[in-house]
Amino acid sequence: MSQVGLATAAPVVRVSQGRRLRRRFLRRPMAVIGLVLVAAFVLLALVGPLVSGDPLAQDFGARLAPPSAHHLLGTDDLGRDVFARIAHGARVSLLAGVASTALAVVVGVPIGLGAGYFRGWLDSAIMRLNDVLLAFPFLIFAVGLAAILGASLRNVVLALAIAQLPSVIRITRGEALVLRDQDFVSGAVADGARPITIMFRYLLPNSLNALIVQATVAIPGAIIGEAALSFLGLGVQPPTPSWGVMLTTAQQFLAQAPQLAIFPGLMIALATLGFNLLGDGLRDVLDPRSH
Amino acid sequence: MSAENVLTVRGLTKHYLGGSRLRGTQHVVRAVDGVDLRIAAGEILGLVGESGSGKSTVGRCVTRLTTPTSGTIELLGKDISRRSQRQLRPLRREVHIVFQDPYSSLNPRMTIGEIIAEPLRQQGIRSRRERDLGVAEMLERTGLRQEMRTRYPHELSGGQRQRVALARALIRRPRLVVADEPVSALDVSVQASILNLLLELQRDLGFSCLFISHDLSVVEFISDRIAVMYLGRIVETTSRERLFREPQHPYTQALLSAAPVPDPALARGRERVILRGDLPSAAAMPAGCRFHTRCPVAVDRCRTDDPALVGVTAPDHLVACHLVEPGRGAPDITAVRRADADHST
Repeated sequence: MSQVGLATAAPVVRVSQGRRLRRRFLRRPMAVIGLVLVAAFVLLALVGPLVSGDPLAQDFGARLAPPSAHHLLGTDDLGRDVFARIAHGARVSLLAGVASTALAVVVGVPIGLGAGYFRGWLDSAIMRLNDVLLAFPFLIFAVGLAAILGASLRNVVLALAIAQLPSVIRITRGEALVLRDQDFVSGAVADGARPITIMFRYLLPNSLNALIVQATVAIPGAIIGEAALSFLGLGVQPPTPSWGVMLTTAQQFLAQAPQLAIFPGLMIALATLGFNLLGDGLRDVLDPRSH
Repeated sequence: MSAENVLTVRGLTKHYLGGSRLRGTQHVVRAVDGVDLRIAAGEILGLVGESGSGKSTVGRCVTRLTTPTSGTIELLGKDISRRSQRQLRPLRREVHIVFQDPYSSLNPRMTIGEIIAEPLRQQGIRSRRERDLGVAEMLERTGLRQEMRTRYPHELSGGQRQRVALARALIRRPRLVVADEPVSALDVSVQASILNLLLELQRDLGFSCLFISHDLSVVEFISDRIAVMYLGRIVETTSRERLFREPQHPYTQALLSAAPVPDPALARGRERVILRGDLPSAAAMPAGCRFHTRCPVAVDRCRTDDPALVGVTAPDHLVACHLVEPGRGAPDITAVRRADADHST
């Protein structure tokens, strides 16, 4: 054993990490359905508006019309094509849901990891402030922020991101707090790893499960949040279409033209379902212990 | 024994604040309370004691996973007891730690290859090839198959995981390895193979080792020298042979007599001393000798005077007990029991 033959060390066969993850993902039908739904949603947002026609063009001869060859999903009370409005609304929803959550994660995760890893007075200060913000219900908080910021799509994204921030920080910090005392983190300290390395190489990957679950709940929440803000006149301004705006104006015509509420509602439901299934799948695939 | 010590610890203390300040129950827990240690190059020092005696805290101080309250820790002649984590970084490659629980000591999100290579990466070795070579060598040295490198920790058995922990600890060729109960979580059959591996690696690589354990037979198997710890302090330290041949401190004697002997005939003929009571709380340390509350031979002086750790019968056999005297040697703690027995008949 004294002579360790380096020459005998077999050439390292490196199975590509990406390929293995993909294979594991494809073995989960629910995850694949989720991916398909999300992909369809993204495709609709990107390509839909290019083929759907003008969402503002009014067809006065066909107000509240049922679906037909001419108007695929019918028309609304002003004779506007519902399919065109759904396609354009997908952009708003995608942006509001994904961008706001992404923003909250990008800002909140480093804060949460830092607070949980370093502890001390800064942690106390951040978390007390966080507790105050968490006391506001998500929607009320977002409404308040949007009212302060002013009504525009950019401000809706900003308001929804800030409203999500406290829960992202709280979850990340909780994970960091549990992980920092585990032996493998102590081992990394003993390696001489820098705090930033420990936070992003050790704590973050081990917090992914919780963060993915949080994100898959948060994205649909933000999509619904955008709808609520738009309904209150604090979000996207009419006549710009958004699923939320469509859903709320449809209320008045529920008896005459239920399809006006059904189609945007269905879109919100499918997008939500898609993100949830995709999130569950990703969580399982990324956790090496579950297969 | 080489004159140059890899590790010299003097007067190490680590106090924690316990209880609640709001409820007025705040008190100081003296986990480690004045420990002196030295480990020579290539030496394995066994640190043995009950749970709660502070032995793991000593290990965490030596690896500076925690900052001692006072005292000095000299690693290769440099005091590391007060250095900041940043200042410690250059010395990190000289000392490494193996933890007790192989299920929580390996990052579940990394493959075995990544885990073993991690110390090299943190040392700044960017070349993947160089790291791969190091990993291949350590896998071979620790008796793990090369295919293991793409596995994840949860796919391995406890013994295999502890081999990985050893490979990881030794890849940078540290001068000192702190092994904190490295086999206590393993099956007995696996314990032996890990201990043999550790000895073999120590022979090949020549590192020093602070081996922490509560298990006397494990410590006897692996150590060159042994230090016995009780309530945050070392009560006796000497070579393995000497400690087992002529234990002097009443606590050491009790420990040795309590250790199970595989041979039943031998076991029946032995005098066993059962210590009464539990380990006192490190928050309410007894006055005088800290062992006097459980010591079968304690005298009045033990209740008031704290004995120093000194070489009474031999310069390399340090013991902290008033009753060990130069001419007479150690107190006979079985005598008390016999006297009790005589009295009752």
